[in-house]
Amino acid sequence: MTSIPTPHANKLPESQHNSSDNYLNHSKGFMSWAFTVDHKRIGIMYGISICAFLLLGGIFALILRTMLALPIANIDNHANYDPAYLKHWMDIYNHMFTLHGAVMVFLFIIPGIPAVLGNFVLPLMLGAKDVAFPKLNLASFHIFVIGSLILAWVLLKGVLVAMFPGLSPYIGYGGLETGWTFYTPYSMDSNSAVVEATFGAFVLGFSSILTGVNFIASMHMLRPKGMNWFRMPLFLWALYGTAIIQLLATPVLAITLLLLIAERAFRVGIFDPNLDGDPILYQHFFWFYSHPAVYIMVLPAMGVISELVTAHSRKHIFGYSFIAYSSIAIALLGFFVWGHHMFTSGQSAMANAVFSLLTFSVSIPSAIKVFNWLSTMYRGEIHLRTPMLYVLSFILLFAIGGLTGLFLGALATDIHLHDTYFIVAHFHYVMMGSVLIAFLGGMYHWWPKMTGKMYSEKVGKIACAMVFVGFNLTFFIQFIAGSQGMPRRYASYVDDYMIYHHISTGGAFVLGTGLFLVLFNWIHSLLKGAPAPANPWGANTLEWQCSSPPPHDNFADTPVAGDPYDMTEWQYDESIKGYVKAND
Amino acid sequence: MINLLAQLGSRVWMPDNASNYGSEVDGLFYFIYWLCVLMFMMILGWMILFVVRYRKREGYQANKPAPHHSTALELTWSIIPTIVVMGIFYFGFKGFLDMATPPSQAYEIQVIAKKWSWQFVYPNGHVDNNLHVPVDTPIRLVMQSDDVIHSLFIPAFRIKKDAVPGRFTKTWFTATQPGDFNLFCAEYCGQQHSVMKSTVTVHPAGEFEGWLTDAANFLKKMSPAEAGAKIYNLRGCAQCHTSDGQASTGPTFKDLFGREEAMTDGSKLLADEDYIKESILEPGAHIVAGYQNVMPTYKGQLKDSEITALILYFKSISKHFDGTIPTEPLEKDDQAASEQENQSSETTTEGQQ
Ligand code: HEM
Ligand SMILES: [Cu+2]
Ligand SMILES: [Cu+2]
Repeated sequence: MTSIPTPHANKLPESQHNSSDNYLNHSKGFMSWAFTVDHKRIGIMYGISICAFLLLGGIFALILRTMLALPIANIDNHANYDPAYLKHWMDIYNHMFTLHGAVMVFLFIIPGIPAVLGNFVLPLMLGAKDVAFPKLNLASFHIFVIGSLILAWVLLKGVLVAMFPGLSPYIGYGGLETGWTFYTPYSMDSNSAVVEATFGAFVLGFSSILTGVNFIASMHMLRPKGMNWFRMPLFLWALYGTAIIQLLATPVLAITLLLLIAERAFRVGIFDPNLDGDPILYQHFFWFYSHPAVYIMVLPAMGVISELVTAHSRKHIFGYSFIAYSSIAIALLGFFVWGHHMFTSGQSAMANAVFSLLTFSVSIPSAIKVFNWLSTMYRGEIHLRTPMLYVLSFILLFAIGGLTGLFLGALATDIHLHDTYFIVAHFHYVMMGSVLIAFLGGMYHWWPKMTGKMYSEKVGKIACAMVFVGFNLTFFIQFIAGSQGMPRRYASYVDDYMIYHHISTGGAFVLGTGLFLVLFNWIHSLLKGAPAPANPWGANTLEWQCSSPPPHDNFADTPVAGDPYDMTEWQYDESIKGYVKAND
Repeated sequence: MINLLAQLGSRVWMPDNASNYGSEVDGLFYFIYWLCVLMFMMILGWMILFVVRYRKREGYQANKPAPHHSTALELTWSIIPTIVVMGIFYFGFKGFLDMATPPSQAYEIQVIAKKWSWQFVYPNGHVDNNLHVPVDTPIRLVMQSDDVIHSLFIPAFRIKKDAVPGRFTKTWFTATQPGDFNLFCAEYCGQQHSVMKSTVTVHPAGEFEGWLTDAANFLKKMSPAEAGAKIYNLRGCAQCHTSDGQASTGPTFKDLFGREEAMTDGSKLLADEDYIKESILEPGAHIVAGYQNVMPTYKGQLKDSEITALILYFKSISKHFDGTIPTEPLEKDDQAASEQENQSSETTTEGQQ
């Protein structure tokens, strides 16, 4: 790197560049971003914060995987270490896995797709100038920032107290080591910042609720002429399903966390058996939110994949209404299966049976979607660009994640697999393998629209392959470790499991490198990328009908919507390296 | 058929089985496993086929318009998976019901989980950190926890059950193979969660009773100081008191005997036999300066001879004590005495031959 190229080095002549005034250069200065009500800028700010949290959570992950590959993690070697050192080391591990989980869940994966891609794309897909309540949208971003600052304080305090133990009497315990699930009664007496962390998650919940309200209202009020419910892009259906869950489930989390704070601060006696409370009640409350929350994560991801697969196969989506209905079915059925996280907790056999049965019923709509995506490719014209490679990765990884859910939904097998690495592998396949992959695919897909720049396909494809390979190396082996009986949340393990941990850690570094390459590609594109045409993929959803990047208020005239997946009119034009409507 | 499938995947997936549940759980596991392999291969196959045939390339033109809806197809791929998963549900539930209903005459062992060790209490009152069971006998575990939620997990037996404070949980199994197996804690319980581990020993037919009598009689077998050390580890003292001089939740036992301790109320007490006994039975009576009143009482849980053994053990690790510690077991062992007689008579008979 000798000279840093200016962003506008290879700008196209004005005539080919769609417009000179766009949302990025419309106004300048910190305040014009921090207090903007423009959904696009809010989406970008979410994007930057969320990628930063992904990086942070990723660093925790690499630390904990590295710890598990060291000789000290093998119980056979424990005799060689000073017991006090060993305990300290285990404490660090426990903080690492908790912080990794909490950051990834509350700061990356739950807000991720709706807040970044949803905010940016939803109003554009509706042909609207903004979401229904732009100020509310800004408020939910500010709440998100406050919530994440609270969690950042938990981290900072952890570092401070670790470096200067003398501070502890003044500022209390730092860090977090309860697991992201905050199970009682452990979270009652954990020496870590449980109250602050749960309060942070509580605050973040409001951000999620407000985004949900805003999206639902936008879809009801802002659909343009020609767009009835069944001409709405599937990404929006998915966001609608997500918003229902955000609205109905998140308040339950909020109440639960408040009760937990009250319990810890004032010893009320709700969850703590020493005070005649019931710790299992906490698990019911927690999973009543957190199972639906897994669909808050995965539904938008499915929506992204529905858009990407049709755009890059240049073919109408297969089974539109089945996909649309299955989003809503998943959202609703997802509320009745929470007990499948508690099969070994001692809940009644009857409850176990009902939850198991219902769990299987939710698996069907997910399976249907996979078949629909595959059929969309049938007789299409598949462009193997980076976003499409992410679609293919998604389908394979989600298939594995979903299929392994069958082992867990079945009672007899779940008893053995519960709380082992099999669970860890299962939810990483669905959360990282599916949601993160869809997020990355979606980012590439809408990147030209967001930034007005093209990215490097070559680097994009290499990075995608590395992520795919690294991911499978890291997590597939964990299915085996888990079925062999390796429990989760373990700072150390018996010798039999060492080989699995070594392989997994190796994979984690391949995966990490792949993700850094993605970041490199994006930064490179911002600095040196070729300007993007309005419609680089020839998709027919409305966001491609404004310029790239979109002007400050999106569309000069509200477009008229047709079938969002009828792409036949878009023809490739070599001169602008993009698609234009044939009759324009 | 199921067995054949199970063999194909064994070793890699499920660990060797040693209980009555193995055939049912593993059978279902491998059934789902092969179903998954099949489904995944189908998805992968279609994907590769479509990518190869329909990818954009020189001279390829998609044959438009292609169908984008087919009710028959969509119903098929909704209904068939529904039937299959209902089947899986049924077998999963059936296997689970067996786990939930112990036979009426099972041998019962009480399990107490606490940070970070297990205690197994046998019908004769013996307490052990490892689980010992006879082979081919239904065993019922009645579990409770002293602090947070733990979960008893024996991979080789395919069982797992949470130990929840404030209530009893139960599970049962029949071990089918003699040998030693790992027992883990599967519910995160804090710092030493990953070493809250013990061993299940399955005794061959006829050997369990002998083990139990011997184990229960350790006061009759070991020297008092050894027995005291065993009690110190077994009964949870070691969780809060070290024996190497380091302070922990409670004061260390090294050089405790004969030491002068400063109390929170400002008084000073000499740690002699009476002081130690009082500290065990009424921990709250005097609190050493710098510590909290958190120790539970052991009143009714330790016999006098056990407390004596502990005191002798403390003497053995204290520099303040220079007397001699008896090596004869504290309790008289009639059985061992008679065994010795037997042995000597055997030797004599051998000698005569
Ligand atoms: C066919 C679909 C699925 C089925 C049948 C299924 C089933 C299950 C079951 C029964 C468990 C509990 C297992 C246990 O703790 O013993 C579980 C755990 C989990 N699943 Fe799924 N699942 C499916 C899809 C998903 C999806 C799509 C996601 C998320 C995007 C997801 C995320 C999770 C998470 C996060 C956990 C574990 C949480 C924890 O204990 O920390 N699952 N799954
Ligand atoms: Cu769930
Ligand atoms: Cu435990």
